[in-house]
Amino acid sequence: MKSTLLAGALLAFATATSAHAQAIKLADVAELSGGGATVGTNWKNGIDLAIEEINAKGGVLGRKLEVTHADSQSNPGVARAQVQKALDAEPYVLLGPGYSGSVKVTAPLAAEAGIAQIMGGEAAELTQAGNKFLFRTSFGQQSSMPKVAKYIHDDMKAKTVAVVWVNNDFGRGGRDVVVKELDRLGSKVVADLSTEAGQVDFAADVGKIKAANPDAVFVYVNEEESARILKELKRQGVTAPLMGETTLIGQKVIELAGDAANGARGHVGLTTDAPVDLIKAFRDKFAKKYNYVPDHNGLKGYLAVYMVKATTEKMGKVDSKAFADALHGLTIKAADEPGILMDVTFSDTGDIDRQSFLVEVVEGKQVVKQVLPKVK
Amino acid sequence: MSNLFDLLVAGLATGAIYALVAVGFTLLWQTSQTINFAQGEFVMLPAFLMLAAMHAGAPFWLAIILGILLSMLLLGLAFKMLLVDPMMRHGVLPLAIATMALAIGLKEAVKQFFSAEASPFPSIVPTGDISILGHAVSLQSISVLVVAILAVFGLTALLNRTSLGHQMQAAAQNPTVARIIGVPVERMILLTFLINAFLVALASLLITPIYLAKFSSGEVLGQAAFIAAIVGGFNQVRGAIAGGLLIGVLDNLAAAYVSTQYRAAVPMIFLIAVILFRPQGLLGRAEERTV
Repeated sequence: MKSTLLAGALLAFATATSAHAQAIKLADVAELSGGGATVGTNWKNGIDLAIEEINAKGGVLGRKLEVTHADSQSNPGVARAQVQKALDAEPYVLLGPGYSGSVKVTAPLAAEAGIAQIMGGEAAELTQAGNKFLFRTSFGQQSSMPKVAKYIHDDMKAKTVAVVWVNNDFGRGGRDVVVKELDRLGSKVVADLSTEAGQVDFAADVGKIKAANPDAVFVYVNEEESARILKELKRQGVTAPLMGETTLIGQKVIELAGDAANGARGHVGLTTDAPVDLIKAFRDKFAKKYNYVPDHNGLKGYLAVYMVKATTEKMGKVDSKAFADALHGLTIKAADEPGILMDVTFSDTGDIDRQSFLVEVVEGKQVVKQVLPKVK
Repeated sequence: MSNLFDLLVAGLATGAIYALVAVGFTLLWQTSQTINFAQGEFVMLPAFLMLAAMHAGAPFWLAIILGILLSMLLLGLAFKMLLVDPMMRHGVLPLAIATMALAIGLKEAVKQFFSAEASPFPSIVPTGDISILGHAVSLQSISVLVVAILAVFGLTALLNRTSLGHQMQAAAQNPTVARIIGVPVERMILLTFLINAFLVALASLLITPIYLAKFSSGEVLGQAAFIAAIVGGFNQVRGAIAGGLLIGVLDNLAAAYVSTQYRAAVPMIFLIAVILFRPQGLLGRAEERTV
């Protein structure tokens, strides 16, 4: 009898200890192959780097972090299946995907499961559907595009603008906001060109831009296509200043487009070239581990994990159901949590407020021309 | 009108690449009834072989030679002996499906062993412009066009002017009779596989600086070349060339004068029209086989 009791007590103790030491499980679904491979690979590497750092310092509330990575193949249908599979394993928080289209079809699944989803998508509509579990790691288009339009109108003094966008959720979302804002400010859109993801030959599109002879060109396509259109713009001798977002002036674009990227400007929510010490340190750590300089997606993945850490420590417990509520309205200061890199505030819709940058490519390097402060 | 000139040059350069790849479709079909759905991936792979050679320390010219030789070994000899020969006896359809599987295998292998990200690729011609009739035309576009035309002329000369070419034609048209009169039919078929491997390696070298080296870059190309081959005539080398150039130009003109949103649809509509009204292709001949 006594031995049974003892065994029972031992068992209970063992269970309690193992539960305490159990790792916190995160699930990541990202674009590890297909058109978005650059996005997904950077995102994944950022996550792995953050987890390695956090675990080396003892984890979150004494528990290690663990992550499983799944490949969405840059395909919303596959992303949905992978997210469902990831949710079935009951993760603490879901990370990814990076493409807006994939986020759009997976967000309802995570919301239904009551699991917070920290993702990389930037389409405006994502956080406007009343989803209480979705969080951004970067600006949504409704925050960034008005800044872009204002810059084109005020600083570039462009009265006429050509808008080139990629025909998917991401491109259309950005195009809709920027065209509306340009119109409101009084800059006229003289060419409105949709392009295809994976398009190779931009001769016809650039020919149309040339014919429209705009004061500025706004380019909003994915990284590889950005590189191709930059080359074609240079070849056809388009001299109007080029303005875009992170996707126009990212590291990968500069590497692929070479000289043709020089002079292009972009509004960047996150850049590894930001004049911020913590970001410089991140960049060095990342480059040392992976042998290449990350783009903003590497930062997003890294930040996503630190959002999990800061929120969990704020709650003081690992509670998957209470996580989303705790993150809404939360301000995380870089002084308290250096991994968050810059002070950030999350709104009730999961949007973020943070300082951002106006960057120009000068001789193959991103140079920050202006720092745009946090709105609130 | 100046715009039209630029569009034509760019379209012809893209079309010349489609033509090089489409010629391979017709060659393999003629000699061995192989529809190679991995043809696009065949263009993607040599660039990575060359990049791998460069990473190992080889200079660019040596990497090109190694890349072409390795392509002929892998995509010519090994492809024929390890995939086509064993599958052939099961018929055309199982073989076509096997090549689809090969396409997936090649893509995944490159992704796994190299990278999922696009890599820049050095160009064999300087990246500048020259002036033709007052228009700035990219040297790359011109060189792609010239090399493709030379390759195609060389191939046509080989087929029509040499004894070897005549033997290949005989092997394609009537293998039984060719065998009786002493044509080494098996060797001729192998030769077409090697020629195809050489052409795709050449295409790879020409377009990768523009397309960027990426595991998935064969998808678009394989599809465009397949359409070109059908439009031009699957059983005629000259048909594949015409089809390639036509599709390249059509794509650009559609984007400029119809709608950028429907540019991809226009070649497809054209394809449907050809299949409906001239199923043997623009230059093809019904029920006849010739190289």
